[in-house]
Amino acid sequence: MKTAEGLKDIIKPENLVYRKSSLITDKPFSYCPGCGHGTTHRIIAEVIEEENLAENTIGVCPVGCSVLMYDFLDLDIQQAAHGRAPAVATAIKRLMPEKFVFTYQGDGDLAAIGTSETIHACNRGENILIVFINNGIYGMTGGQMAPTTLEGMKSSTSPYGRDVKMMGNPLKMTELVAMLPGTCYVTRQSVHTPAAVRKAKKAIKKAVGYQKKGMGTCFIEIVSNCPSGWKMTPVESNKWMEENMFAYYKPGDLKVPAESDADAENKNEQ
Amino acid sequence: MKGNEAIAEAAIRAGADAYFGYPITPQSEILEYLMAANPHERTGMVVLQAESEVAAINMVYGGAGCGKKVMTSSSSPGISLKQEGISYIAGAQLPCLIVNVVRGGPGLGTIQPAQSDYFQAVKGGGHGDYHLIVLAPASVQEMADFVELAFDLAFKYRNPAMILSDGAIGQMMEKVYLKPQKQRSTEVPAWATTGKTKERERNIITSLDLDPYAQEQHLLRLQEKYREIERNEVRFEEIMVDDAEFLLVAYGTSARVCQKTLQLARAEGIKAGLLRPITLYPFPYERIRSLASHMKIIVSVEMSMGQMVEDVKLAVNGQVPVYHFGRMGGVITEPEEVLEYLKTKI
Ligand SMILES: Cc1ncc(C[n+]2csc(CCOP(=O)(O)OP(=O)(O)O)c2C)c(N)n1
Repeated sequence: MKTAEGLKDIIKPENLVYRKSSLITDKPFSYCPGCGHGTTHRIIAEVIEEENLAENTIGVCPVGCSVLMYDFLDLDIQQAAHGRAPAVATAIKRLMPEKFVFTYQGDGDLAAIGTSETIHACNRGENILIVFINNGIYGMTGGQMAPTTLEGMKSSTSPYGRDVKMMGNPLKMTELVAMLPGTCYVTRQSVHTPAAVRKAKKAIKKAVGYQKKGMGTCFIEIVSNCPSGWKMTPVESNKWMEENMFAYYKPGDLKVPAESDADAENKNEQ
Repeated sequence: MKGNEAIAEAAIRAGADAYFGYPITPQSEILEYLMAANPHERTGMVVLQAESEVAAINMVYGGAGCGKKVMTSSSSPGISLKQEGISYIAGAQLPCLIVNVVRGGPGLGTIQPAQSDYFQAVKGGGHGDYHLIVLAPASVQEMADFVELAFDLAFKYRNPAMILSDGAIGQMMEKVYLKPQKQRSTEVPAWATTGKTKERERNIITSLDLDPYAQEQHLLRLQEKYREIERNEVRFEEIMVDDAEFLLVAYGTSARVCQKTLQLARAEGIKAGLLRPITLYPFPYERIRSLASHMKIIVSVEMSMGQMVEDVKLAVNGQVPVYHFGRMGGVITEPEEVLEYLKTKI
């Protein structure tokens, strides 16, 4: 064990391998231990910092566990009514096209009450990034069934498991929006392992690039866990997510800009 | 031009930054006019047909949160849909303009004019303790003039403002003098979300405060603002009230009807006068209270089952009898009917 004195020798800039993004405030996250919201916040902040975009970013947070995102990210942020973030972001981007605009939404927010705003923003090809946290449940209100809740999955409003005959089928919003010509980049990621976090971060970075070029809506689903809502430990919840959520919500890219578009971008950059 | 068109043209000329709306009779001409006028080329104004009134009002929230001059318009059922968003806008203290070209209801009701959204407009409409600034035009000229006035008041108080019109004034054609084109403002309010620079703290647009004591403080600040609006912004017009014994109180289309009633009444030697509230919130309580002492009776004339009459009664506070008269469901009250009613009460 190192003493505090000994640690001083180690904590030096040249030994630094990781630091908190300067865009993350000192306010402790309100998220439950092990939840994917915190990690996703972190990688968004990191990308915005690395891309030097803070002065030109406006975020839109939803109603849901992440309603207080503005407490944790040191950015200009608007808090939208439940489900309406894509409409709010539409106006922000239309009025300030040179800014980087993103929404951050849960599955109840985006895939239930806000389905219309989501589909229409994507269909208009609004030049925004939509980050979609799919944890298969309504976290904030205490674990009710979401449109994304898996068949047979228990929640406080499907206590015997989701019966798809009565309650409908889990909704794949990401597949839906991938069909729309307005979206340019649609991908499904997760943040439950270091490798997954790196990939998800790369996806956000790509989306920043596409938005700069005005290529249309970028839509990044983060399949996430909800240890409290699922009544599991963080480790159990991640395992359950891999075994069950990934089987239905298959990680990977659903839509990437065509090669020719990417080439055109590269030329523009030169 | 039509009242609805006057609103649209006045919005472009007032330097509005954006309009977001969804078609509904009797106000679709506003969106149609704006689309045809191509304001994006004229001034850079954004015009977008939203997928619903819900989306439109939330677009207004987003645009207003950036400190821009943004507006929406609709008619009664659409305004009902917007209420959650309007409440958020009031809670987050964002300036914007909402136009309601009222039609009869409840439900799908009728597409004909009515004044049955008074309660919704002046008492809140959505959830929570809040007020809109509510302007009631009685002519096409006022439809045009109140656009800029509404924006000015909205920005002065960081509060949503509503033009409460109706299908008659929206569809009516009158001569109108339009102001010259104003430049769109480049000023950025200090609270607007435009990207956090190093020179300032981050700007947050929200109506949320989970701490009840902090939320209460926020609501008290809103109340202070409403008291200030009540002190400064009451507007009304008086016609033949100096020697009047019988006072009609009416706004918008009903005020136009009552002007004719005054002529008919005076021709018969009945000393009737009219007070026309121009602001419905803040309401001219004080003026009606002081006028009441000279009157024998007061009649609130509205195209509804009697909504503003409650505010008239509050103002009069029992000094003299107060009645309501008016047709509803899209039926426009006739001046003669008002006179006949008045005579039954004299
Ligand atoms: C109009 C409206 N309806 C319902 C609610 C209550 N509500 C708050 S959060 C929420 C669900 C959030 O779940 P989700 O979007 O999945 O996000 P999570 O909390 O899981 O991150 C609901 C129904 C609300 N605030 N507003």
